[in-house]
Amino acid sequence: MAKVWVYAEMNGGKLQSTALELMAKARELGDVEAVALGSGAKAAASTLGKHGAKVVHVNEDKAFDDFIAEPAADALAALHEQSQPDLILFAFTSDSRDVAGRLAARLGKGLISNAGDVDANDGGFVAKVPYFGGAKMASMRPNSKPAIVLVRPKSFEASETGGTAEVKELVVTIGDGSKRARIVERVAEASEKVKLEDAKVVISGGRGMGGPDNFPLLEALANALGGAVGASRAVVDAGWVPYSMQVGQTGKSVRPGVYIAVGISGAMQHTVGMKASKVIIAINKDAEAPIMKMADLGVVGDALKIVPALTAAVKAKKG
Amino acid sequence: MTISRRRDNGCLVKIVVTVKQVPDPNATTVLEADNTVARDREVVLDPGDECGIEEGLQLKEAHGGEVILVSMGPERARDAIRKGLSMGADRGVLITDEQLAGADVLLTARALAAAIKPEQPDLVICATESYDGSTGMVPPMLAELLGLPQLTIAKKVEVDGTTIKVHRQTADGYQVVEASTPALITVTAGIAEPRYASLKGIMAARSKEIKLVGLGDLGIERGEPGETIEGVADAEARKAGAIIEDDGKAVDRIMQVLAQAKVV
Repeated sequence: MAKVWVYAEMNGGKLQSTALELMAKARELGDVEAVALGSGAKAAASTLGKHGAKVVHVNEDKAFDDFIAEPAADALAALHEQSQPDLILFAFTSDSRDVAGRLAARLGKGLISNAGDVDANDGGFVAKVPYFGGAKMASMRPNSKPAIVLVRPKSFEASETGGTAEVKELVVTIGDGSKRARIVERVAEASEKVKLEDAKVVISGGRGMGGPDNFPLLEALANALGGAVGASRAVVDAGWVPYSMQVGQTGKSVRPGVYIAVGISGAMQHTVGMKASKVIIAINKDAEAPIMKMADLGVVGDALKIVPALTAAVKAKKG
Repeated sequence: MTISRRRDNGCLVKIVVTVKQVPDPNATTVLEADNTVARDREVVLDPGDECGIEEGLQLKEAHGGEVILVSMGPERARDAIRKGLSMGADRGVLITDEQLAGADVLLTARALAAAIKPEQPDLVICATESYDGSTGMVPPMLAELLGLPQLTIAKKVEVDGTTIKVHRQTADGYQVVEASTPALITVTAGIAEPRYASLKGIMAARSKEIKLVGLGDLGIERGEPGETIEGVADAEARKAGAIIEDDGKAVDRIMQVLAQAKVV
């Protein structure tokens, strides 16, 4: 059996959902050992066990909570000195990317980033990576041992198998030399009622919304449907809405029951983050926009008229 | 800025900005039969790097010093550096070598690190990720290879003496992250509105130095690539459904779809 590590990202003492998504895949690929670092790691270990981890390496040093990347890279490198896995899986998230890059450079290994899937193949692994903006899918074989692969969130569905992990203390000393980029304050800006990643309905706006002043129209529709509002990179870059709302390759990946793209042309950069949605509805002035070619229903018309009318219809139906 | 040290060349601060020439994100692009990106397509300075250069220039204007652009690519990538020089950067270094064609992230990071190290910068600024590759892996690798702390996804940067503080974007807001320089930061597109090059700037850029270096100059040998591309296939495409013109009844059709999906 291949030996697979999962870097189980922790944040604010909580195990991140991406860790459990990775577990679902990792246990198909071999014997899984998870690594959980920082506050809450021991509590996370039992969850990871239920999701198929045979061993969970834990260390609850505060340095993992307070400093970017370096303490975690130290811990993984120390563990790697004791035993070498065939594959290390990371989530393609900000925090895990920081750790994976440092670790790979320290070990002198290559890595595969932004993968959508990874499978065992011919004694090794093959990762599927969106290529050419997502129009193509490249099959990439890592040449290094361990292979290091970063997988996009929402690529796998988490599920419990029921099991108990052996919890092992990961012995490492985090020196001052690794306590450098210190998180001194955490500020929550968005008071999201429904988290974009977890919403059953997502309504996203793009340039076709005309300006930031029209985004409340989308919020009203989202409120009526119990959904969340997303956005394209173009309008985030233009400063209309915060980055936390960005859906796409460089933003969040979502797979809601219904995705409503309003005034979004459908550049690959965007669609790679939402094309796994069950139903896609597009509202756009341009019948030729790429988003129309992938929508279950494409409506050619004026979003600023259609969206408020739709909100009223939803409210009327729900009473 | 408190002057912590004075360099031999008289500069107070050295800022390196990594830059990349990428296919024009606004141009229609095609793939060749062998699945490589057509080489003759329009290329531009990565828009994310323009923001990094702008941030570097603003820090220079506030604190003094020198802004050096370091890039890796074919010789024509000089154009991307030249654009940054016309915005106001002081000089450029281009790592160019046939051996680097198709370089993986580790080789890219090693080459950049080798070119940057002799500069002994106080600050290295990278875009969070490139427009074309979007792997986002070069900056953390570069930080490790240069032995620098990394302050990533910064949407705001403050420098005070040898302390650097950034607002690091998170899913629900931001973190304030602090470190001592030298350090590496990655910046988001929202950090600063890139300036347009003035005519004076464009003229001045013509005489600014762009140093070309090869892998041999950097003492690097190309190793085994980190990955092998075994095949490229069309991504699973969704089938288009109905496309209707809004004749006043579009809302009814949308409501039908929402009802089928059981969300109303």
